[in-house]
Amino acid sequence: MISNRTELQTLRERCKQALAAEKRKILVCCGTGCVAGGALSIYARLKELLKERGIACEVELAEDPHDETVGLKKSGCHGFCEMGPLVRIEPEGYLYTKVRLTDCEEIIDKTIIAGEHIARLAYRSGDELCKVQEEIPFYKKQTRLVLEHTGHIDATSIREYLANDGYLAFEKALFEMSGEEIIDEITNSNLRGRGGGGFPAGRKWAQVRRQKCEDKYVVCNGDEGDPGAFMDRSVMEGDPHRMLEGMMIAGLACGAKEGYIYVRAEYPLAVNRLRLAISQAEELGLLGENVLGTKFSFRIHINRGAGAFVCGEGSALTASIEGKRGMPRVKPPRTVEHGLFDKPTVLNNVETFANVPLIILRGAQWYRGIGPENSPGTKAFALTGNIANTGLIEVPMGTTLREVIFDIGGGMKGNGEFKAVQIGGPSGGCLTKEHLDIPLDFDSLKQVGAMIGSGGLVVMDDKTCMVEVARFFMNFTQNESCGKCVPCREGTKRMLEILERIVAGEGRDGDIELLEELAETISATALCGLGKTAPSPVLSTLKYFRDEYEAHVYEKRCPAGNCQKLRRIWIDPVACKGCSLCARTCPVGAISGTLRSPFTIDAEKCIKCGACVSACKFKAVKEG
Amino acid sequence: MVDMERVESIVEEYGGESRQVIAILQAIQEEYHYLPREIFTYLSKRLGISEAQIYSVATFYENFSLEPKGKYVIKVCDGTACHVRKSIPILQRLREQLGLSEQKITTDDLLFTVETVSCLGACGLAPVIMVNDVVHPAMTPDGAVELLEELRAGEVAPL
Amino acid sequence: MIPVEKKEIMYIDNIPVEIHGERNLLELIRKVGIILPTFCYHSELSIYGACRMCVVEDEKGRLEAACSTPPRAGMSIRTNTERLRHYRKVILELLLAHHCRDCTTCASNEKCKLQDLARTFHIAGVRFPNTAAKPKVDDSSLCIVMDHNKCILCGDCVRTCNEVQNVGAIDFAHRGSKMTISTAFNVPLAESPCVGCGQCVAACPTGALMVRNDVSKVSRAIANPDVTVSVQVAPAVRVGLGRSVGLKTGEEAMGKIVAALRRLGFDEVYDTSTGADLTVMEEADEFVQRLESGENLPMFTSCCPGWIQFAEKKYPEILPYISTCRSPMQMLAGVVKEQKKKTGKRHVHVGVMPCTAKKFEAARKEFRDEFGNPMTDYVLTTEELIRMIDEAGMVFSELEPEAVDSPLHEKSGAGVIFGVTGGVTEAVLRRISEDKTSSSLQRIAFSGVRGFEGLREATIMYKGREIRIAVVSGLANVSRLLEEWKAGFCKYDFVEVMACPGGCVLGGGQPFIHNEEKELRGKGLYKADKVCSIRRSEDNPLMQELYNGILKDKRHELLHVHYGEKAE
Repeated sequence: MISNRTELQTLRERCKQALAAEKRKILVCCGTGCVAGGALSIYARLKELLKERGIACEVELAEDPHDETVGLKKSGCHGFCEMGPLVRIEPEGYLYTKVRLTDCEEIIDKTIIAGEHIARLAYRSGDELCKVQEEIPFYKKQTRLVLEHTGHIDATSIREYLANDGYLAFEKALFEMSGEEIIDEITNSNLRGRGGGGFPAGRKWAQVRRQKCEDKYVVCNGDEGDPGAFMDRSVMEGDPHRMLEGMMIAGLACGAKEGYIYVRAEYPLAVNRLRLAISQAEELGLLGENVLGTKFSFRIHINRGAGAFVCGEGSALTASIEGKRGMPRVKPPRTVEHGLFDKPTVLNNVETFANVPLIILRGAQWYRGIGPENSPGTKAFALTGNIANTGLIEVPMGTTLREVIFDIGGGMKGNGEFKAVQIGGPSGGCLTKEHLDIPLDFDSLKQVGAMIGSGGLVVMDDKTCMVEVARFFMNFTQNESCGKCVPCREGTKRMLEILERIVAGEGRDGDIELLEELAETISATALCGLGKTAPSPVLSTLKYFRDEYEAHVYEKRCPAGNCQKLRRIWIDPVACKGCSLCARTCPVGAISGTLRSPFTIDAEKCIKCGACVSACKFKAVKEG
Repeated sequence: MVDMERVESIVEEYGGESRQVIAILQAIQEEYHYLPREIFTYLSKRLGISEAQIYSVATFYENFSLEPKGKYVIKVCDGTACHVRKSIPILQRLREQLGLSEQKITTDDLLFTVETVSCLGACGLAPVIMVNDVVHPAMTPDGAVELLEELRAGEVAPL
Repeated sequence: MIPVEKKEIMYIDNIPVEIHGERNLLELIRKVGIILPTFCYHSELSIYGACRMCVVEDEKGRLEAACSTPPRAGMSIRTNTERLRHYRKVILELLLAHHCRDCTTCASNEKCKLQDLARTFHIAGVRFPNTAAKPKVDDSSLCIVMDHNKCILCGDCVRTCNEVQNVGAIDFAHRGSKMTISTAFNVPLAESPCVGCGQCVAACPTGALMVRNDVSKVSRAIANPDVTVSVQVAPAVRVGLGRSVGLKTGEEAMGKIVAALRRLGFDEVYDTSTGADLTVMEEADEFVQRLESGENLPMFTSCCPGWIQFAEKKYPEILPYISTCRSPMQMLAGVVKEQKKKTGKRHVHVGVMPCTAKKFEAARKEFRDEFGNPMTDYVLTTEELIRMIDEAGMVFSELEPEAVDSPLHEKSGAGVIFGVTGGVTEAVLRRISEDKTSSSLQRIAFSGVRGFEGLREATIMYKGREIRIAVVSGLANVSRLLEEWKAGFCKYDFVEVMACPGGCVLGGGQPFIHNEEKELRGKGLYKADKVCSIRRSEDNPLMQELYNGILKDKRHELLHVHYGEKAE
């Protein structure tokens, strides 16, 4: 327990010394992805081996640092999930990919003891060997600020966070700044909420500060529900203290005494890491009554979601914390006036809070130097879909899609051709080739009918049917609609119904227009932001791929060859040698014929599984 | 049988506050793998909110189950990334293997429950499935069947 | 600085309108005389904002729901643009697509807001298939029938049941397109905490919640020549018919009702006010006794069946404090049945009540004779009476008033005001007051017992001591008072409880009435009281007759009941 500023500074220095004393560090990525790949057993094995070899190993920063120790750490997500499990060696910065249990011995003996690099485990970009993590193209173009620690420090250690200037911003805010000054700094930095809308955080804070109310709350939205997004998860898992620090600074600025973190139930690891981080901060006296001997008191609670996407909406989220159904309510009153428990509430998402310590520490001027004027700072994106390098990235706002997809993401997976990218999840829209050079920032995307949302980027190749993509998202929104307002509850159901019949080849004349009519009504009249944006995937695919819709409706054809029910499989009588292989392969006996003469497919029986297509040795079974 | 003393101790843990009803239900579900009906009457009296309201909350959130669930809850991720990387065939194979469907999600021996989830946030490893709290990456239909076998084997092994 | 009173003006469809603290645009728009459609807005409920019918457009073309947007000075909105009309039509079409459209056979035909708006907006067709599952109609309750096929999920019933009544029988269940209104675990309404007050029915804009219809049972009894059918009419019914039969809202019509009932074939017609006089006699006695002994105070009134069920289901510990008096309906029914016993002819007694919960009360085991037959065989609500009048083709407004049958023809004004909140209290106070002058009547009337607030307090001197009285209506208000009582803060001697806010005049069985007209029915009863020649129950000559006659040995048997005692 530390009770004043000096003690905190002393502790931080001690942690720094301990960190510096570590001769080498092994950082085993313990993000969800790598844990799934066996990272925990790799960690255990490495620990065991170090012991066997008689190497002094520290899992927690030493209280009493001495030379020649090796730090073994569970780090947060490095972002390069495709290549996991990942092990990083410092100080060299080696990144070992796809590490197996059997590789551990070699890592200890060669790298840790002898200092050699193991080329076999390194990433190769084409022919080029990337010894060091930062040489990998995936990382080269990134600017990691929010994610600077994730993957580089032990996510389970507050001491290591302190050693990396952790809680320095909070210390500065607590002892050197007034509430107004903190808010001025955030306002001047023009930090915009990373949760979707891009509302200036400083303005929100100032509004809450102004409220004359004894009880105020700071709420962190960690209900990252967009399918294909996991930025916030990585921060919560990989650098939980950073987020707590951001919330504490917000509490300080707005006069709140309590904070709530609402985390998706699907993120058990994030919940555990946050719980641990909170208890560590409480133990040190950074959270609790009269923090560091000041008048500031702050507590943070965790609420686990229970499986409702709509709880990402502010008023639904606060309703859920209050123990109610997560149904958005009408506004006004706004959350800043009547939020959680009807009290003034600052509500920001994980990434937004994680930006705060940096801004306080390095200043608004510095922050505004990154990215464009109106959307400064960086943005984390989750890069998924048919892309070579899936993973978590962070780039300055304003980076173009082309840089993200082709330079960082390594282009398309396999030999597919880029067709579109879905940005902003179920509330966002699709962008196409013509948008590749659009800078990724709040305003530019808004202009083309898309939004950053929480930052999921799902890349799609030419084999993706855009009508099916629209159906997928509509199905998602329909499942997740809270059911409160009529346009969203009934309207999305009807839109899904129409899309389902279009992809099933039963689309009717007028369906496209009916979709548009419903989409317009829903976006204009739905109660909450999620409802209003529910039709976006349909509207944007209709805008850029109307011909695909028309092909489905009027020609009963799926141009991408993706929709099962529209698949037509036929045997080219010229190419067919009459070998009967296709007939023998067919699971439903839809193919018949006489040996050595062309076979035929009974369209009634055919289930369009495509088994015959792959079976035919003469490429005589064709699609289309 | 539901041990009401255990339920009461959970309620106590959360200060007996009605606003904690979601956390209380979560804790009870962790204990029993579902929400037994008798707890609703108890919680209604204890927390001072109507049974209909607790039922209303319990049916709003996807994670609550009013039916007993299997010992192993298998969540097949059908998020965007998993969907485009073919998660549905995995789901179909699992259901086929276990004789389950969209309506019947739990095996009669209460060993397995199969459900879908919108996104597990492990998109880099798509397609993924989650068994209880453990994520299994880069799944295939065959891989899923193997996993089932492993889980079953683990069940009989100690005997 | 001295605050200058500044006129705040905004524009609605270019009409300048002054803002006078209206809570939302909708209130202001309606003040201007524009009918903006809504399903889910009720001024006495919390704002839900879900139907989206009341969206309006601001000068920048942005849409906002009028029900949840406060008016601001300088604001300019439009309520009726082509775009808005189109959205409203699509919303209606979406609702209709999911809705049972058997309008002609629906009990809510021509009273349904959805039907009404579909007509207003000329919805010519529905372009979506009706894919809704066909859930079973829940007719388990003796009071209320719930048909999910007609539900538009506006949530009015849920908010009424929880916010106004704090009964908590129903809530939303599930979510999205699977959302329904449901009891816990979807148990039948009869097994839920529902008390049958029927306020949800009054709030329901469609036919999803209906009062159970018992007209045919009564009609069959009337048609049977071997059966004598007698009927009593509750005080609130006479001011409840209003516009549905071509009268003014709150207009007293007992004479016409008696005439109508005779024409419908009822053999004998009585006034529940007579029963109410008996209740006053008994309840006043009981209260004085309790005051003197100091036991079981405060004494809670017992006339309201919704309240009784509420107490039984939610606050059983209060039962010993509830008066043992039967309700006026059951007192009168007991007397009527007792009188007819000797005739040997089968006798069916019907109550025409403003109340849905009375249907349940009539069926209670406590109110059976020695052969197990109910004292009151059937209860019809005011709405059902209107239906019978309509069916018979009567022009109600032109009927010549008739008097009720003797010998039970006398009533006092005290019995008449039972139908409005505070009426029971006022009647009891008239009885126990030692000062029998007309100025004493005035004093009682202005002691605080009259009014429409959910909880009113009054203090009266009785034999040199101060009696503290609470008049409470609406079960949420009742709950608050009971919680105080449980916590030991209850400072009253006498508590009048009515389940429905405003008392029986606004009961669940009465025709729908707009908020601004709600006080008119109560006023109608006070007016009826004023013109009564007898104002105090004890001055009703019938009382002495009954106490010396029929009730001589049966006072306890016919006039009292002990709720909460084990059934035999």
